[in-house]
Amino acid sequence: MMRVHVEGLGLLGPGLGGWTASRPVLAGLEAYRNGATVVAANDMLPPAERRRTGVPVNLALAVGREAFINAGRDAGATATVFTTSCGDGETLHHLCETLASPERDVSPTRFHNSVHNAAAGYWSIATRSREPSTSLCCYDASFAAGLLEAASQAVVDGKSVALIAYDQPYVEPIRSARPISGIFGVALIMTPDATRSSFSVLELEFVARSEEATRMPDPGLEAARAGNPAARSLPLLAALARGGSEKLILEYIPETHLRIAVSPCR
Amino acid sequence: MNSLGRGRAAVLRALREKRSGLAPCDFETVTLDTCIGRVAELDEIRVRPDLGAYDCRNNRLAQSGLESDGFSEAVAAAREKYGAERIGVFMGTSTSGILETELAYRRRDPRTGAFLAVFRYAETQNTYSLADFVRRYLGLKGASFVVSSACSSSAKVFGSAARMMASGLCDAAVVGGVDSLCLTTLYGFHSLGLTSPVPCRPYDADRDGISIGEGAGFALLEKPAPRPGAGAILLLGVGESADAYHMSTPHPEGLGAKLAMQRALACAGLTPAGIDYINLHGTATRSNDASEDRAVHELFGAQTPCSSTKGATGHLLGAAGITEAVVCMLALQDGMLPGSANTRNIDPGLKCDYLVENRKAGPSRVLSNSFGFGGSNCSLVLGVAG
Repeated sequence: MMRVHVEGLGLLGPGLGGWTASRPVLAGLEAYRNGATVVAANDMLPPAERRRTGVPVNLALAVGREAFINAGRDAGATATVFTTSCGDGETLHHLCETLASPERDVSPTRFHNSVHNAAAGYWSIATRSREPSTSLCCYDASFAAGLLEAASQAVVDGKSVALIAYDQPYVEPIRSARPISGIFGVALIMTPDATRSSFSVLELEFVARSEEATRMPDPGLEAARAGNPAARSLPLLAALARGGSEKLILEYIPETHLRIAVSPCR
Repeated sequence: MNSLGRGRAAVLRALREKRSGLAPCDFETVTLDTCIGRVAELDEIRVRPDLGAYDCRNNRLAQSGLESDGFSEAVAAAREKYGAERIGVFMGTSTSGILETELAYRRRDPRTGAFLAVFRYAETQNTYSLADFVRRYLGLKGASFVVSSACSSSAKVFGSAARMMASGLCDAAVVGGVDSLCLTTLYGFHSLGLTSPVPCRPYDADRDGISIGEGAGFALLEKPAPRPGAGAILLLGVGESADAYHMSTPHPEGLGAKLAMQRALACAGLTPAGIDYINLHGTATRSNDASEDRAVHELFGAQTPCSSTKGATGHLLGAAGITEAVVCMLALQDGMLPGSANTRNIDPGLKCDYLVENRKAGPSRVLSNSFGFGGSNCSLVLGVAG
């Protein structure tokens, strides 16, 4: 079992315009209304880099920044774990199209944006953070895998860690082979011990898959959860929004689920 | 497993002979003036029939690696000992099975743009495909994910696995990395002006870029016994950092590289004097070797022998970390520090004690550097029990 404290969150998703703004909806106090995810162009990077980023990087930077503002923590001194199932699908599409053309005239910017850790690279440039950063993938369970990695860094290395999960739909023809719905990004800052900003404690442990994964009661939010790997975080976000003590289960690998006990900090 | 051969003995023999696996590029339909480190037999093999959906160049390479040196048998024994649920699988790759997607894009309906052939996204293209394949192949059921941080990927998996074991979520872990030739990396690195027309020459005055190779490597990590038996290989330290500088160029003063090495030493409880050999990232680009040399020299001075083995293997990208960790393990067991294949005239501007020729020594603790795109750095300290 791993135990970590949560200091702050950032969120952008369909009809979810920021963690602070979305909290009443996630807590079930206000009705959920679906709507396109609004990802603003980032203003965290120097102009040369800013011109080169696409939606996934802007999304990761935006939710990361909101989480750090909410936590009141210095991003330049915090380790990061980035996790995404698909990375930058639009860039992958353009690269593969170019490579299927006679000229194969690959753009260097597209190539370096295609790496799975592109968001991590831009984040470290934007925040001037030289703290460790890793970039993960675990297909539909990418959020759960990121949570495990981030929590193990916090617990074993005794450091604060920001988890940033994001995914966006592919374009065709890959979209038909790997349908993802909506654009969804979430960031969660965790520490090994309670701090002035901590508001919840998470206890993570593995359970057999026979225990059913937690779903969202609202059909719209449930569709969002099921349709995007980063949105698999929604049951945890809802529990954190409610702020009470409860247990939930996230799907992980074929044999194993991840059980999370959420409780308020005393 | 890489262009030097299959298995530890073949790789060690090639290193002893200072043989390079690099040759002019004849991969697929690629027409670039560059050299590659290719594993020839991949075209001939297929993945195990029960995992046929996962068949792609990357997973074939993974399977070949798992079937080398009795590795899958060693994992089976560990599975008996710990239970399949208690052994994690943490893999590094940069491009997974992207070659399948590249080929699928050549066969699309001209009217709708739809794929004409069956496209197995989850089993080939997705970055997690490699760890998914490996855990199924080995019958493991523990925690799992892929680290994809470009060229540091399969060094960083050692850190993730060690943390998972320290936190009690796993008792043992299979770590490793696999990257296979594809058009994305060949044309991509070429577009950045980073590929050399000749077999790459790390640290050479005339070095002019990388040679891309393919390879697979794996290690089974277990918690150390209180008194490890003589000859046991030990993971002593892991250090990670970010450059915070540029997406495809290393920090000119090697600040991120230096920080990764310092953190690995601190994690191992060692000073620079405690390291007997450094396997450099040493890609043979002008900028990497210059900035890495600066970082290494600032920490170690000119006393610690070091070399890059990329002149032999090429740059294995997401498999570079594990491959060079295995080279370090071979150095610890065999007592030979590998010289640098293809390097003729060491750049006089570089200051470290760079080994062009093999050197007989008895290293007991070594450092391996892996630095990647996006400024992702990882250093490992490995040792051998006396």
